[in-house]
Amino acid sequence: MDMPIPRPEILARKAELIKRLQKVLPSDAVISDPSETRAYECDALTAYKCAPLLAILPASTQEVSDALAICHDMGVPVVPRGSGTSLAGGALPTADSVILGVARLNAVLETDYENRFIKVQTGRTNLSVTGAVEEHGFFYAPDPSSQLACAIAGNIAMNSGGAHCLKYGVTTNNLMGVTLVLMDGTVVELGGAHLEAEGYDLLGLICGSEGQLGVVTEATLRILRKPEGARPVLVGFDSNEVAGACVSDIIKAGVLPVAIEFMDRPCIEATEAFAKAGYPMCEALLIIEVEGSEAEIDEQLALIEAIARRHNPVELRQSRSPEESARIWLGRKSAFGAMGQINDYMCLDGTIPVSQLPLVLRRIREMSGEFGLDVANVFHAGDGNMHPLILFDANKPGDLELCETFGAEILKLCVEVGGCLTGEHGVGIEKRDLMPHQYAPADLEAQMNIKDVFDPKWLLNPAKVFPLATSEARRAA
Amino acid sequence: MTPNTEADLAAIIAGADGPLRILGGGTRPIGAPSNCAPLSTSGLSGITLYEPGALTIVAQAGTPLAEIEAVLATEGQRLAFEPMDHRGLLGTMGTPTIGGVVAVNVSGPRRIQAGACRDFLLGVRFVDGRGTIVKNGGRVMKNVTGYDLVKLMAGSYGTLGVLTEVALKVLPCPRSIGMVRIEGLSDERAVSALAQVLGSPYEITGAAHLPKATAGTPVTMIRLEGFEASVLYRAGELKRLLAEFGDVIIDTDQDRTIDAWRQIRDVTPFHGRDGDVWRLSVKPGDAPGVVASLAGVEALYDWGGGLIWLLAPVGSGVTGRQIRRAVAERGGHALLIRGDRTEGAFPPLPAPLAALQQGLRQKFDPRQILNPGLMATGEPV
Repeated sequence: MDMPIPRPEILARKAELIKRLQKVLPSDAVISDPSETRAYECDALTAYKCAPLLAILPASTQEVSDALAICHDMGVPVVPRGSGTSLAGGALPTADSVILGVARLNAVLETDYENRFIKVQTGRTNLSVTGAVEEHGFFYAPDPSSQLACAIAGNIAMNSGGAHCLKYGVTTNNLMGVTLVLMDGTVVELGGAHLEAEGYDLLGLICGSEGQLGVVTEATLRILRKPEGARPVLVGFDSNEVAGACVSDIIKAGVLPVAIEFMDRPCIEATEAFAKAGYPMCEALLIIEVEGSEAEIDEQLALIEAIARRHNPVELRQSRSPEESARIWLGRKSAFGAMGQINDYMCLDGTIPVSQLPLVLRRIREMSGEFGLDVANVFHAGDGNMHPLILFDANKPGDLELCETFGAEILKLCVEVGGCLTGEHGVGIEKRDLMPHQYAPADLEAQMNIKDVFDPKWLLNPAKVFPLATSEARRAA
Repeated sequence: MTPNTEADLAAIIAGADGPLRILGGGTRPIGAPSNCAPLSTSGLSGITLYEPGALTIVAQAGTPLAEIEAVLATEGQRLAFEPMDHRGLLGTMGTPTIGGVVAVNVSGPRRIQAGACRDFLLGVRFVDGRGTIVKNGGRVMKNVTGYDLVKLMAGSYGTLGVLTEVALKVLPCPRSIGMVRIEGLSDERAVSALAQVLGSPYEITGAAHLPKATAGTPVTMIRLEGFEASVLYRAGELKRLLAEFGDVIIDTDQDRTIDAWRQIRDVTPFHGRDGDVWRLSVKPGDAPGVVASLAGVEALYDWGGGLIWLLAPVGSGVTGRQIRRAVAERGGHALLIRGDRTEGAFPPLPAPLAALQQGLRQKFDPRQILNPGLMATGEPV
């Protein structure tokens, strides 16, 4: 993975930068000791590491603004960081950059149940947002797997999704307003407690911009009343194709489950060994969850079961208790951990049209044979967001590179069948060089034009999203 | 000019020597009409792809909305954001197009539960102000590949580019609908009642209040959709929840319910009435206060109060300046849909926002030829 060469003129001014930052931040918020900056050398894409020049931990919008203005003035790149759970290298530093961590921005600023929103500082974790409102029966809908650790700042940067977004949408559909600090320190308010901000939909543009347009310090998030109940059903099939067809039929039938999760045999086996969720051993497993009152759940599940039975399932099991529901979900939620027990793995994130599921799963299996690397599939089938996990051995020379090449081929396949490179993890550095497979030069130019407007010096989160060669002229300017 | 292909449209824009007025069906002339040359997308028509099992439809921008809705209906699906028809309110003729819906980010009462047009927009193709063809997004439901220009294009009124194709997520139609009504509530009480139900788990898909319904009686309306038994169950729960607000009437007549919500969607009570019409976006709880501060206006509340349709009748003396101030004091904004444009149709933006908006416009349309009079920046008064 190529990264830009650190600029010596920036490295040479480290002492001056520290001195200036210490004037606007508390002394313990400027971290320069190499033994401490190493904590920020990578995110959850651990194959790539680079310690930053400095790390700063501002605690207010004003401090963020002051610090950014200094970095802007000195031409120092800044890498915003939520909790560092990005699987795409979205928070990977460069050696001449300042990591701006939002960990100290963790307050709840306002909760309003009558108007159904919560305003938080963005260092707050995803799950703790729900934690702040659940005693009133409310929740924040986007639920990425990393929700215990991941920060709202990162959720906004990557437009994170989760298992339940089939019904509730992803971050961008639940974000009502932000306080955004531009690279030059300018503070901008977008949206708020009212629906639909004035002017262009800059809120929609900021969400998913991978921290390259500004640093979001505060967010107004939509909260919803928890459903009366929820219940999953487990359905096992003897082929991926049949499971895929069943997903499509359910969606067509007019029921909208909150989640349809898909696991294939390698994933079922690993998960079962790890979490003992009681999954049937079969080729493909669907977990379908619906919500509502008991009677509403019964009615929806009856319809889903009728559809599933037409596809001759090898197993069909409705949860009969909250404990059983929890166990069914435990298996799914621990799938990544289970795979990690048996191997190193790389987690992909392409999305495909649901109709292409059988074809894509078959092609992945064929390629798995060609590359000699095993693949386990676990993904959000309802919206076509796949998460193939390619297993490799990090200690075996060349295996990581082979795995990356295989991964790239799968993502190109996703684009080829009408899908995209990433459904919820983001481009980061991981998929940066694949962007030309999805977008023509004019398409990327339009996106880079936006970066020009928000961050004319191209200092925010450098070397992400756009291939280095494509963005070189702008970065050098 | 009415090009029939995207390439022709691009050539027209690249070769244009003056400003262009971008039109779909021309049914939503919001903001200052300019005298410049009209460029219509109505020649770019047709559904490119429809996959009911993937809940996806792709259509050229000039495709009539009615054509799309009819095709979706054959599979029991719909555009869940419920785009309003502006013709009655604006007194326009013509055929609404899907491109126009997207360009204005037109949504209806279901926006509070399902989301706005922008939330259902999966991908766009457009021609920018230089004549360059650009695509963004795609046709899948989850996509975070690169910056989200899809959202940016929704509601940009054709000022950043001319849409040529849009991909939308669709949803199944419910098996059944119903509504509960309460009569006689003050605006304040009505918004309270609506907040109560919107904060319930009963998946309200419409929450409106008409201070002067037929016979001048206020009516507060709540819509439910889903399986028949589920609608009845939830209606019963709402009746209990709202007992303190008065008599709750449960109405499951399908046609009557559909008609009632179409009237809310299209702001039918203001059709054919003289006066300025404004669309206010506010925090729902602030809505009654905003309306009360503007003596002489008539209001219709949707989205639980978050959307206020205001009619300032001729002679009421209520000015755009007063309306904008009433909203600004509480947070939110006001768009003039029809009437006296002294204060500009689009809400003024704070300086840093205006600078970003102008910067984007400069990048996408350096010659400033696309709908130059629209959106806040550069809007003639």
